[in-house]
Amino acid sequence: MLMGPTTHRDVRPRPRLAGAIGGFFARLGWRQVPVMFAAVVLVALVLVALTIPLWTPYDPIGLAGRRLQPPSAAHWLGTDALGRDVLVRTLFGARYSLPIAAVVLVVAVGIGVTLGALAGFLGGIVDNVLMRLADITLAFPPVLLAMAIAASLGPGLVNTALALIIVWWPIYARLMRAQVLNVKKLDHVDAAIVGGVTPARLLTHHIMPLCWSPIFVNMTMDVGQVILLAAGLSFIGLGAQPPTPEWGQMIAEGASNFYCWWIALGPGMAIFLVSLSSNFLGDGLRDVADPRTRQGG
Amino acid sequence: MLKVVVRRLLVMPFLLLGIVTATFLLAQFTKGNPLVSIIGARNLDNAEVVAAAKARWGLDRSVPERYAIYVWNLAHGDLGTSFRTKQPVLKDLAQRLPATLELVICAMIVGAAGGIALAIVSAEFKNSLADHVARLVALMGSCLPVFWLGLIALFLFSVQTRLLPGPGRLDIRAVAPPVTTGFMLVDTLLAGNVAGFIDAARHLVLPSLVLGWSVMGIVARMVRASMLDVLGQDYITMARAKGAGRLRVLVHHALANALIPALTILGFTFAYLITGSVLVETIFSWPGIGSYAVEAARSLDYPAITGVTIIGGLGFLVANLLTDVAYAAADPRMREAT
Repeated sequence: MLMGPTTHRDVRPRPRLAGAIGGFFARLGWRQVPVMFAAVVLVALVLVALTIPLWTPYDPIGLAGRRLQPPSAAHWLGTDALGRDVLVRTLFGARYSLPIAAVVLVVAVGIGVTLGALAGFLGGIVDNVLMRLADITLAFPPVLLAMAIAASLGPGLVNTALALIIVWWPIYARLMRAQVLNVKKLDHVDAAIVGGVTPARLLTHHIMPLCWSPIFVNMTMDVGQVILLAAGLSFIGLGAQPPTPEWGQMIAEGASNFYCWWIALGPGMAIFLVSLSSNFLGDGLRDVADPRTRQGG
Repeated sequence: MLKVVVRRLLVMPFLLLGIVTATFLLAQFTKGNPLVSIIGARNLDNAEVVAAAKARWGLDRSVPERYAIYVWNLAHGDLGTSFRTKQPVLKDLAQRLPATLELVICAMIVGAAGGIALAIVSAEFKNSLADHVARLVALMGSCLPVFWLGLIALFLFSVQTRLLPGPGRLDIRAVAPPVTTGFMLVDTLLAGNVAGFIDAARHLVLPSLVLGWSVMGIVARMVRASMLDVLGQDYITMARAKGAGRLRVLVHHALANALIPALTILGFTFAYLITGSVLVETIFSWPGIGSYAVEAARSLDYPAITGVTIIGGLGFLVANLLTDVAYAAADPRMREAT
């Protein structure tokens, strides 16, 4: 067989992502209760978030009934101090928390993966500078850093997201760097270099496709963490501002009407369910991505 | 081992400088006006007061100048003066640190004891119902928002059933003991105040359970994994063959070795405990660093925010150092290797 400059395509590994997703569903039997549970919760919440303005019985920031009513047939989770329906507000809350988690993770992963890949691939001074930057960020408890940033930027949802991105990108930079360093040693990379690919193509087409699975597992797990921290920042008054029906903000309203337990119940359960689901889903994904951890090891 | 410690200590000043610089740059983009928290919103129209306050607090100087002064003072152990309390930040923090430490230590004990217990059950009855339940209980702790859990716990145990006291460190009517260590449990005992000690302990129960549960998940997951690892080793089979009972094998033979790898997460749990304590302290009106940070952030008290962040970073570093040292002390192989 002739070895031409184009044969480097032949040694290129198949991206494992498609295979991983396919295998994920193939292995998804009925015994995988947690993963099923997580999928149902998340899909339902996304659907609710997308469609709720079309079928909501009450306005989330308008008067729905009498103030501070306990749960009843008309208001399943009661009403808050301004007579707004808690259940409707909780469901509307998904329109804030889910997009925040998505935006924070996509941007943080985008930045982290790019910088981490460059650091691992180029090494030397680029690696040093980028990783010291990551070290500085990771040297501080996330909540304090996020608080300092959010307080400096001023309260608000956009600034909360920005603070969380700053806190989160180094985790992915480190993860991606370690992956790239591992994959770089594999034989197919040498083969591709011999085949004459450009460095940029080597990184994007021969190394990075093999680096994604731990990134995706981590991202799935982090959905819950981002939502928890974002809600925490809103709870202490640095995130969403009233009358936004954001979950953390609603729990803060519940805290100031302490004896009306139902005000905080809905948003608290919502955060819990999303966080639990993201953990279940992440565990399931990891089992598929890395068979060694199966059997709950 | 010593090398690791020294290297970490050497890097710390650079880390601090990095965060101070970052916080300073960020503060330039702020929309809020720190003068509001210094002199109050009503005085903002009064040009004289504003000018005096700016001069007094150094806000009339340029940013590089302020930055240089701050770094210079920081190098001398001065974190500046809080805009809000008008006290040196370091003094504020020193006053509030024991309350946070007391809470975090109790929560750590709860989290470690609970997490290890759950992990033992999980590992012994692997893949049975007991395992699944134990793992779910541990996982719930890390998924429930602590600030919500705190609210519910207060409502159930303090308001509804009156089993435990409400927020704060002591009963409102109680006389606080003279401050010697700042730890309420120690101070009450030193003052010979047994009733006060019981009161303080009862006040600690809810916040440390809530905070402890939030780290139980990490501990349980880690210990379970290393427990399973250890239980598969030959010396365990040997012990079983010699007729050691189930419990004896678990606790006497396996646990000590299983805990060594689990030590590595000590530093990691510290980050979670700090996150949790910021929120738990807010709910339980706990006069610690966490609630101080929240008050500072709400009122744009930059010296205080930066101070808390720096102290948090230092604490994190110390926790990681202790982890390394503990790991080396527990595992002879590590001691020789480094």
